[in-house]
Amino acid sequence: MSLGQVVKNLNADSMRFSEEQKMILESSRSFCRDTSSIEQVRQLLESPQGYDENVWQQLVALGWTGIAIPESFGGSELGIEAVVPIVESMGRSLSATPFIPCTLAAQVILHAASPEQQLRWLPKMVEGQVATLALLDNEDWGATTTTHQLSDELVLQGEKWFVDDAVTAELFIVLSQYQGSARFVVVERNQLPEGAIQAHALIDETKRSAKIDFTAVAVSADAVLAEENTQEILDDIKLIGALLTAAEAVGTTSSCLNLIVEYLKTRKQFGKLIGSYQALKHPSVDILNKLEGARSQVYHAATLFEEGKGKIERDLEVACRMAKASANDALLYAGDRAVQFHGGMGFTYECDAQLYIRRAQWSQQQFGDSAHHRKRLAPLLLG
Amino acid sequence: MNTDPDTLTAFRQEVSAWLVDNIPENPGFLLPLTFMEVGTDEQLAFLVAWQRKVYEAGYLGMSWPQEYGGGGKPPAYQNIVDKELARHKAPIIFNSIGLGWAGPLILEMGTEAEKQRYIKGILTAEDIWCQGFSEPDNGSDLGNAQTRAVRDGDEYVINGSKIWTTHGPYSKYMILLARTNPETKSKYAGLSFFLSPMQAPGISTSPIQKITGEYGFAQTFFDDARISVGCLMGEEGDGWKLAMRTLEYERSVEGGQATNYKITAITSDDLIETCRSTQRDGKPLLDDPVVQDQLVQFIMEERNLLLNQKRGDLPDLCTDYPLSLMLSGKLEATELFRRMRQYAVSLQGAKGGLYIHDADALNGGIWQHAYFNNFSATIGGGTSQVQNNIIAEHALGLPK
Repeated sequence: MSLGQVVKNLNADSMRFSEEQKMILESSRSFCRDTSSIEQVRQLLESPQGYDENVWQQLVALGWTGIAIPESFGGSELGIEAVVPIVESMGRSLSATPFIPCTLAAQVILHAASPEQQLRWLPKMVEGQVATLALLDNEDWGATTTTHQLSDELVLQGEKWFVDDAVTAELFIVLSQYQGSARFVVVERNQLPEGAIQAHALIDETKRSAKIDFTAVAVSADAVLAEENTQEILDDIKLIGALLTAAEAVGTTSSCLNLIVEYLKTRKQFGKLIGSYQALKHPSVDILNKLEGARSQVYHAATLFEEGKGKIERDLEVACRMAKASANDALLYAGDRAVQFHGGMGFTYECDAQLYIRRAQWSQQQFGDSAHHRKRLAPLLLG
Repeated sequence: MNTDPDTLTAFRQEVSAWLVDNIPENPGFLLPLTFMEVGTDEQLAFLVAWQRKVYEAGYLGMSWPQEYGGGGKPPAYQNIVDKELARHKAPIIFNSIGLGWAGPLILEMGTEAEKQRYIKGILTAEDIWCQGFSEPDNGSDLGNAQTRAVRDGDEYVINGSKIWTTHGPYSKYMILLARTNPETKSKYAGLSFFLSPMQAPGISTSPIQKITGEYGFAQTFFDDARISVGCLMGEEGDGWKLAMRTLEYERSVEGGQATNYKITAITSDDLIETCRSTQRDGKPLLDDPVVQDQLVQFIMEERNLLLNQKRGDLPDLCTDYPLSLMLSGKLEATELFRRMRQYAVSLQGAKGGLYIHDADALNGGIWQHAYFNNFSATIGGGTSQVQNNIIAEHALGLPK
């Protein structure tokens, strides 16, 4: 703190947005607006699969399922930085599709599978076959080991929790323990016994997730992913998952704030528009500021993905964790205030504020809540 | 003038090397961390000499036109200098009201004669400037300013009082907002803007003691003070427009400042250092998980500010509320610093009860001092509460 002392030069402010990303953002925004109006979102709340198959097929036709997959498998090889604007747009419209689990499953195959295995699964995933991850043994995103077992005879044992879009998934990438270390195993839908999938009753009714008992499912040797450094790949996938969930949450926060602002501009009480009261104005500005910070973090992380060509270094880990923690806090606050500011209407199921507060509760838990990430940022930033 | 990356990199190195050689030794007295804290003659003399040295080296007003004493270079150059000044924790460049607000305003809206007369002196620190906007009864409600200016032949007669006049006792000129017509339908239409001398009969200043116990700003009194009609900027009635433009420069909504280096930043790095060197429960504070969590939170928010600035340059990523990043910078930065500094005082155990005059105070009581002084930033230039209203109304479009 003394005069003339040179402070640390943080070179951690990269931020770019390419023409390509801009086009993707614009087209995905208009696609999601057209295919996921609030009425459409509400219609899907009670359907078992949770999304519209037609919309999924259109999305596949647009090439989004292959956007971060190499051209040799039919993708367009653009990287995670191009996925970010798509999920942001989906979040904005509360659009329900299995896009995030499919993208993450493809990334696991890309990083952990042998060339033969990649050729077997990736082209199908580009073509829209739904794949999903089965990572958690329970509710703990901080667990460093799994108790799920793959025996020497290649028979699985144990349950997985929070397997997204399990109802329609054809491929399940299961994190298991094989001969003393973690490995990914691919299970196909037809291998699952009757009743193995039990849907969770989720707080966010726009999402679908299930508990799956893989016990007694026998797999062949070529269903075990080749890479042995599963732990590292898993760590990376969790960071990508955190970033994509953050991007989705940023989009959702934007539309939640729009909902609040629209109400504040039209609802009158005591003869005045309620938006003229500072008690409502100032928290609305807090939401905006949290949203802006989170959006900056998300696109900074996307920029670092592009710079690192997919390789995850310390700066990118910091960026993904900050993005998730910031986006969690922004959406939680926005959803909470959206309910409160709608007064009595806000307490009803009919008011759209419920969709946002429910999404906020769900989203904050995916790939770790804010405290989870701050705890892991501490050694990275303070060491 | 060249702005290719190699030229700019070379320039950055040149500036950095110059600063290493030329930043003055610690003078042995407390140096102001911000331009609002200059309170003693020795501080003033030190800062005048430092500003002149930077100017003579060619590192101040680099983007201002050459014919008035500036450098005539693209803004990228001064931005580099400002960043290097901050990185080297150089003393502040204190004549901010001239360099940051009045100067760019005169360059944009002033007459040729005004530019010739005022710009060079701002850069050399020969002419120190102050601002006469707020009044004792009209702080946030600037449009209601009541200081009167009455035309009398070739002069205006000024009566009234301005308050929170930073640099008031040292200043040669004031940007003054006064009412030339009390009968206009809109209160804003009766205001006029003056480039007023401070050394004129009937103008006096009375120093105000600040929350820190120090001096540095003043109340300015106008008692039948007479200034020449030539001091009027623009036309009668232009006051509100010019004052609003001034505030845009003040809040850095608009660029064009001779420098933006007017405060020494105390960052999360300094807070981390304090936590590393302070023991609690027999261990460094930095090892405490509760403290760690708060520090991480601060670092994230600090990073948000930096990244928001970067994103502000990419309009395709600012389509939702296009004005928000521009309007929220001051609020977010000053409030974050306030909370960080308050936290740094809370961390100190019983030493948090010591103040700058105590030899045992941690780092000379810099956190206590900086915390108190930070209120000038959350209040001055529009309080945080007014900033919230502005953002709500202009970025979110909420009703007044």
